[in-house]
Amino acid sequence: MTIELIDLAYLVAAALFIVGLKRLQSPATARGGNQLAALGMLLAVVATLFLREILSPVEVIVGLGIGGLVGLLLARRVRMTAMPELVAAFNGFGGLASALVAAAEVVRATGWSATLTITISVLIGMVTFSGSFVAFGKLSGRISGNPLSYPGQRVVMGLVTAGAIAAMVWAMAGPAAVFAPLAPSLFGVLVLTGLALLLGILFVLPIGGADMPVVVALLNSLSGLAAAATGFVLGNTALIVSGALVGASGLILTNIMCVAMNRSLLNVLMGGFGQESDISASSVAGALDGRTATATTADDTAILLAYAQKVIIVPGYGLAVAQAQHQVRELADLLQELGVEVKYAIHPVAGRMPGHMNVLLAEANVPYDQLFEMDEINHEFETADVTLVIGANDVVNPAARHDQASPIYGMPILNVDQSRAAVVLKRSMRPGYAGVQNELFFASRTRMLFGDAKDSVTALIGEVKEV
Amino acid sequence: MIQYLTYFVLSMFVGREVISKVPQTLHTPLMSGSNAISGITIVGALVAVGMTEGPWARYLGLVALIAATINVVGGFLVTDRMLQMFKRGPVKR
Repeated sequence: MTIELIDLAYLVAAALFIVGLKRLQSPATARGGNQLAALGMLLAVVATLFLREILSPVEVIVGLGIGGLVGLLLARRVRMTAMPELVAAFNGFGGLASALVAAAEVVRATGWSATLTITISVLIGMVTFSGSFVAFGKLSGRISGNPLSYPGQRVVMGLVTAGAIAAMVWAMAGPAAVFAPLAPSLFGVLVLTGLALLLGILFVLPIGGADMPVVVALLNSLSGLAAAATGFVLGNTALIVSGALVGASGLILTNIMCVAMNRSLLNVLMGGFGQESDISASSVAGALDGRTATATTADDTAILLAYAQKVIIVPGYGLAVAQAQHQVRELADLLQELGVEVKYAIHPVAGRMPGHMNVLLAEANVPYDQLFEMDEINHEFETADVTLVIGANDVVNPAARHDQASPIYGMPILNVDQSRAAVVLKRSMRPGYAGVQNELFFASRTRMLFGDAKDSVTALIGEVKEV
Repeated sequence: MIQYLTYFVLSMFVGREVISKVPQTLHTPLMSGSNAISGITIVGALVAVGMTEGPWARYLGLVALIAATINVVGGFLVTDRMLQMFKRGPVKR
């Protein structure tokens, strides 16, 4: 009877997760959806605690207390600009928890199939854990965001993977349900844990900063798959259903990110993209095929903006680095007061995680109905008087459309070059992540406004006020 | 085992249907919110801590419980914090 009640509670929880995710289809219902999913989780936890009568051990209270407090503090304290690394860290905690729960079952596992599910769960969970924390290090700047490659990279990856598989087989072959330090089932899982941790590190280290949206989405998917794998170990349908939902969600996002860069997942994971940028001397000096970029000033740009009918703003990672989102909103407000129509164009891989720019701009109170996805707004650049590019580079490079020799050829881009005028806010002429110079900067209709994005936008605000 | 596999595969399809309609604007909250859902592992951790006798399972379970609780509590709260910032613009005349 009790077991049936628990299963019923898990079923209700899973249904609430699905309805909650469904409500994320619109910003108007999203908050309620998230709360519904949280309610489902609470129900699952309370049902487990009371119906199984495991309230007593002090460890349960300690665990819930410490975890709850840390989670609360992290969620409250984090700055919105630190959101990519926080999401990465939470993925890591989820993977760790799934792997450990599975590993705790080792001593009870009977038969090779039970051990197989445990090893799969440990493998996925631990790769998610270490991979997520390397991603956390890169996103927060504690580890260099540059792609890090070394000779024999594929060989090392292959060897570690082979070692992990060998450890899985070894764990399965050993006599089951033996608790001794050198029992194959236990020792095999320990070796597997070590190798899986190493694998996660090796898998994220070679991947460069601008490919992080793919990595974060993939780790998100893995954290779900780890939970599902643990569900197979425990024979728990709540874990299987919820884990599969999250796994599917992460895979969809991973795919969207790859399509938006016109690269395969394998190509991204191989890493090293854009590291050996072959920058010729002329492009460093700010010239391309004999053309030079034209610089402009804040007051010229302000006049251009103030007398425009329609302005499109294209934000990129540079906006997040400069933390200029509030200034951008202020500038947009000023222009709207002058009767200018302002829209934002968001490329799917702008920033360091899926939806990064949308969260930053939402923080600055930019209404979400002024934000447009690439396909919605690409035909509107033709009718824009001015396009303001703030800290974006490769995603607005027209070479992606026609230059077959370019590493970004075929990548869908925002058609900024079709607008009547473009002003690019940028620190210097340094090429973007792909390591290629941007044709847009040398177009006759483009002006460069050099400097830190925050300073430049602040100057623009001042000048627009005086127009 | 086949039964579990059935749940798994069907849930993947449900997930795909529901999530492919989530707009780009909400992709970050989707990630953090769905990640909090993957913290459902917490129920496994509770059982490992509360119901097993061996020290091995209990201590692994305790670490798992802390990690899963961080994931669940932090994940849902930060998603809520993000989502309350998403506002619609003033209605146009």
